[in-house]
Amino acid sequence: MPSSVAKPRSTNRRSPRRDGDGAPDSSHGLDLYERMALIRVFEEEVERQYKRARIGGYCHLASGQEGATVGAVHPLLEDDLLFSSYRTHGLALARGVDPDAVMAELFGREGGSAHGRGGSMHLLDFSKGFLGGWGIVTGQLPLATGAALALTYRGKPNAVMCELGDAATNMGAWHESLNLAGIWDLPIVFLVLNNQYGMGTSVEKASAEPELYKRASAFRMHGERVDGQDVEAVLGAADRLLRRAREERKPAVLEVITYRYRGHSVADAGTAYRTAVEIETWKERDPIALYRQRLLDERRVGEAQIEAIDARVEKRVEQAVAFAEASPEPPTDSLAQHLHGDPASAEQFARMGPGSPFGERELVLEGLGR
Amino acid sequence: MSVAAPSATTTMTYREAVRLAMREELLRDEDVFLMGEEIGVFEGSYKVTAGLFREFGPVRVRETPISEEGFVGAAIGAAMMGLRPVVEIMTLNFILVAMDQVVNHAAKIRYMFGGEVGCPLVIRTPNGGGSQLTAQHSQSFEVFFAHTPGLKVVAPSTPADARGLLKAAIRDDDPILVVENLQSYKIKGEVPEDPDHVVEIGRAAVTREGSDITLVAHSFAATRALRVAERLRADHGVSAEVVDLRSLRPLDTETVVRSVAKTNRALCVDEGWSTYGISAEITSRIQRACFDDLDAPVERVGLAEVPMPYAKNLERAALVNDEKIEAAALSVLGLGPDIFSS
Ligand SMILES: Cc1ncc(C[n+]2csc(CCOP(=O)(O)OP(=O)(O)O)c2C)c(N)n1
Ligand SMILES: [Mg+2]
Repeated sequence: MPSSVAKPRSTNRRSPRRDGDGAPDSSHGLDLYERMALIRVFEEEVERQYKRARIGGYCHLASGQEGATVGAVHPLLEDDLLFSSYRTHGLALARGVDPDAVMAELFGREGGSAHGRGGSMHLLDFSKGFLGGWGIVTGQLPLATGAALALTYRGKPNAVMCELGDAATNMGAWHESLNLAGIWDLPIVFLVLNNQYGMGTSVEKASAEPELYKRASAFRMHGERVDGQDVEAVLGAADRLLRRAREERKPAVLEVITYRYRGHSVADAGTAYRTAVEIETWKERDPIALYRQRLLDERRVGEAQIEAIDARVEKRVEQAVAFAEASPEPPTDSLAQHLHGDPASAEQFARMGPGSPFGERELVLEGLGR
Repeated sequence: MSVAAPSATTTMTYREAVRLAMREELLRDEDVFLMGEEIGVFEGSYKVTAGLFREFGPVRVRETPISEEGFVGAAIGAAMMGLRPVVEIMTLNFILVAMDQVVNHAAKIRYMFGGEVGCPLVIRTPNGGGSQLTAQHSQSFEVFFAHTPGLKVVAPSTPADARGLLKAAIRDDDPILVVENLQSYKIKGEVPEDPDHVVEIGRAAVTREGSDITLVAHSFAATRALRVAERLRADHGVSAEVVDLRSLRPLDTETVVRSVAKTNRALCVDEGWSTYGISAEITSRIQRACFDDLDAPVERVGLAEVPMPYAKNLERAALVNDEKIEAAALSVLGLGPDIFSS
């Protein structure tokens, strides 16, 4: 191992509870179900609020991808880190970011996760190890690679998970990041959520190697593919690769095969480049419905428990909307706040006027005695 | 060679005018081809290329993966071989990942190789934003390119100029960035029917005559400037002249200066950041040429010097709008509060 930093042992603070035969127990199953259901209901509410013009800008929904999202994020430990693209509501919620703060961010309120500055694409909760919501395709990969470097630099026993879309694997930054992770032995899992399309372009059309996990082999990196409509399968694979990253400092690519029911964003009907039959076929393997059925079939939970969860998530989303509604707009005179960290710069830029973009005019004129 | 009468025009949107220019040039010259993300089956993110894939097929309308650095570079290489690629970058924001290919390669090819090889490349892309598109998707930094020797940059605000300048750019032998605008796409206007009508690159237009103040702008800000000029007339009896720059590099200093020499006051309007911006350049040129003509300092309105915030009230505070332009003009005219020295 080239790094001089010793590999510390990981402490698994939030590992999935398992019964003797390796199958997750019932409370674990309910937990996974609840997280998926929360994301689904939350995003349906987001779309309603968007249509009421209380949410604006670009808004990318991920209905259909909940199994992939929850399965991949669940095995992250408290001190692990998560990066994502702009399709980020589900990933934030799965990571445990407060639904109130997510909804308030979408409403552009001070109580939002980025205090109303970022919106749908730029959710973040540093305290939860959720390092953003990024809008430029593949822009987050070098950052996540650097965060993994920081973990090894500081001798931390943790790992980074970096979500990206299928189409993002065609950018140069993908190749550069995988290579860096490979030569530096970084604890990072590149999570490719392959929902079959980048906007209206299919994976087959955009990628010379459409089996995206195989691209890892160009860097002698482990890559594998898993069914994203099966939350436990995703969880198992993600857990294994994250452990490997933490314990052996081995990066990996995990390609999760899934599907978004809605258009690329709320502005896209999502029908110009795919058939209604295709969408319906995927809906037959809805990750939430499948898991619900499985929990019931395997008698791990009863109907009543599921129904209680369904009611609870509805309430939780209502509460998030109420919180967002009650949260104030950011003060308009705070426009320049957060541009810089040091108080002197912050003060200078807060004073900027139309004729003094640097906010320096007063200083200059005072200095000249005018 | 013109067949239609020079005055014959058709009404169309800016979007349709851009599409028409591409269609006409695809028909005129086999070396012209289009490249970009989602420009085929999806018909372009903003539907500018609608119908062209069906008409011209996948070789002339080449769809690309999300690989801006790669396909912009590939277009540059194809242009070195004499082809005339017209590349669509979905929005100006995404050109940054191809910046090295544009600034460090395309712009320098002819000069660096002593004139041995050229690069007849066109990149067209919309700037602008608003609508809560936020920090990474709501920007107007065309000045980065206007700053670069070896590039030409045009930024039409009307349908006629959108068609005429794009056609001129496609026929030009050097790399050109054509800056379109998200809000301009739906603007309607008269467009000459003559398929050989082009608009000369490097010429500004006086789009409204006036005698009290000159508003200098480009892209959607030029549309705003016309609206504000009308408000100034109606509400304050002010006669404002509007100069639509149309071309940022080369820059038509002469038209700007002739106007300011007449009106003696100037306000530069730019939807981008003012500092080191297009308006900084214009201001410098005006003070040099019109030093003795000026009755007031040349002033600027631009985007607040912050990344674009999401919250509606903050976004409104950051963006240039008609009210801010009007207040700035009144300030320059001495008819309103002095907003520039406080
Ligand atoms: C560099 C860059 N180019 C283009 C875009 C516009 N864009 C946003 S998302 C997207 C498609 C990405 O698809 P994929 O990576 O598969 O993720 P998905 O949207 O399916 O989650 C495109 C082209 C962008 N944001 N950044
Ligand atoms: Mg995709």
